Amino acid sequence: MSFINYAAREINCKLVYYGPGLCGKTTNLQYIYSKVEPSTRGKLISLATETDRTLFFDFLPLELGTIRGFKTRFHLYTVPGQVFYDASRKLILRGADGVIFVADSQIERMESNIDSLENLEANLAQQALQLETIPLVLQYNKRDLPNVVSVEELQSGLNFRSVPWFEACAPKGIGVFETLKALAKQVLIELKKKS
Amino acid sequence: MFGTDLILYEEDERRLTAVLSRLCEESKSRAAFLVDKSGQLLASAGETASLDTTSLASLTAGNIAATGGLAQLLGQKEFSVLFHEGEKDNLHISVVAQRGILVVLFDRRTSLGLVRLRVKRAAEDIGQAFTEMAVRSAQEAGKGQAAFRAQIAQITDEDIEDLFKS
Repeated sequence: MSFINYAAREINCKLVYYGPGLCGKTTNLQYIYSKVEPSTRGKLISLATETDRTLFFDFLPLELGTIRGFKTRFHLYTVPGQVFYDASRKLILRGADGVIFVADSQIERMESNIDSLENLEANLAQQALQLETIPLVLQYNKRDLPNVVSVEELQSGLNFRSVPWFEACAPKGIGVFETLKALAKQVLIELKKKS
Repeated sequence: MFGTDLILYEEDERRLTAVLSRLCEESKSRAAFLVDKSGQLLASAGETASLDTTSLASLTAGNIAATGGLAQLLGQKEFSVLFHEGEKDNLHISVVAQRGILVVLFDRRTSLGLVRLRVKRAAEDIGQAFTEMAVRSAQEAGKGQAAFRAQIAQITDEDIEDLFKS
């Protein structure tokens, strides 16, 4: 749900990084935080356990610039990927304008990717949102590792909507901004369609 | 105001800010914020200059969402009031008019009792403002959205590309 503030002339959108545990959602946000101008971002808030596993969410507000007189601000959230934090994941999807699904390319994580995508579908439905229609981008992360499945397999297993997808290596920043840009674009186009 | 997207017009913001200013004054609180349940800051008043209001809004919404989840587990509709006590400053957080979250930051200059009392009245004012905004928004939807549509319809792929140049 976008928030258009005429008083401040701002468009605010909420983007959520979703995916299985340890797929690199938080790493995406950390890379973005480290690379954008400090004046265009707020604090990176991570509600994590002592072992740096996301407990509730990470949050990064980002100002991308002005479009037609409106400041565009994106609130980036990650969900906790571990299966047992499902209640928290549901809450974070509330009011989401778009989702980046981060898949772990390693062979042994393929099943977790599919489970997480199914979980996304179920949790979106509880917020009256649909996986078939919400702005969505896929990121195939960890492409630098040796034991990865092919892009074709990832595509056939996860990308049933044929949405934009990107290969990535989040700690090095490969594919990180491309993924964010693709979703931001979809969300703004969606906003244009709805208005 | 309360369709799928949330649209806040200048007069709405002025009205909500006035309610928050009065709340700060009457309850002798440091600051007051109105946040949407999805974590967007709608309006604020008081000593806000030194505060990271964006983070505050996001964390407050997360807090309310988590507490709401707890309430459901226990068969409650919601826990509508949260109180956090600090060494110097305290936070009073309450759900207002179902979708708003009213956050009051206060210190020793006042008491929890006074804050609660004033919050109750402010919540009524905010509820009334929300209702009127929703009615007006429905009536003026065409007008407001037409103006916005004209602006947003001009967005090109190039505009979006430009956002990511730096």
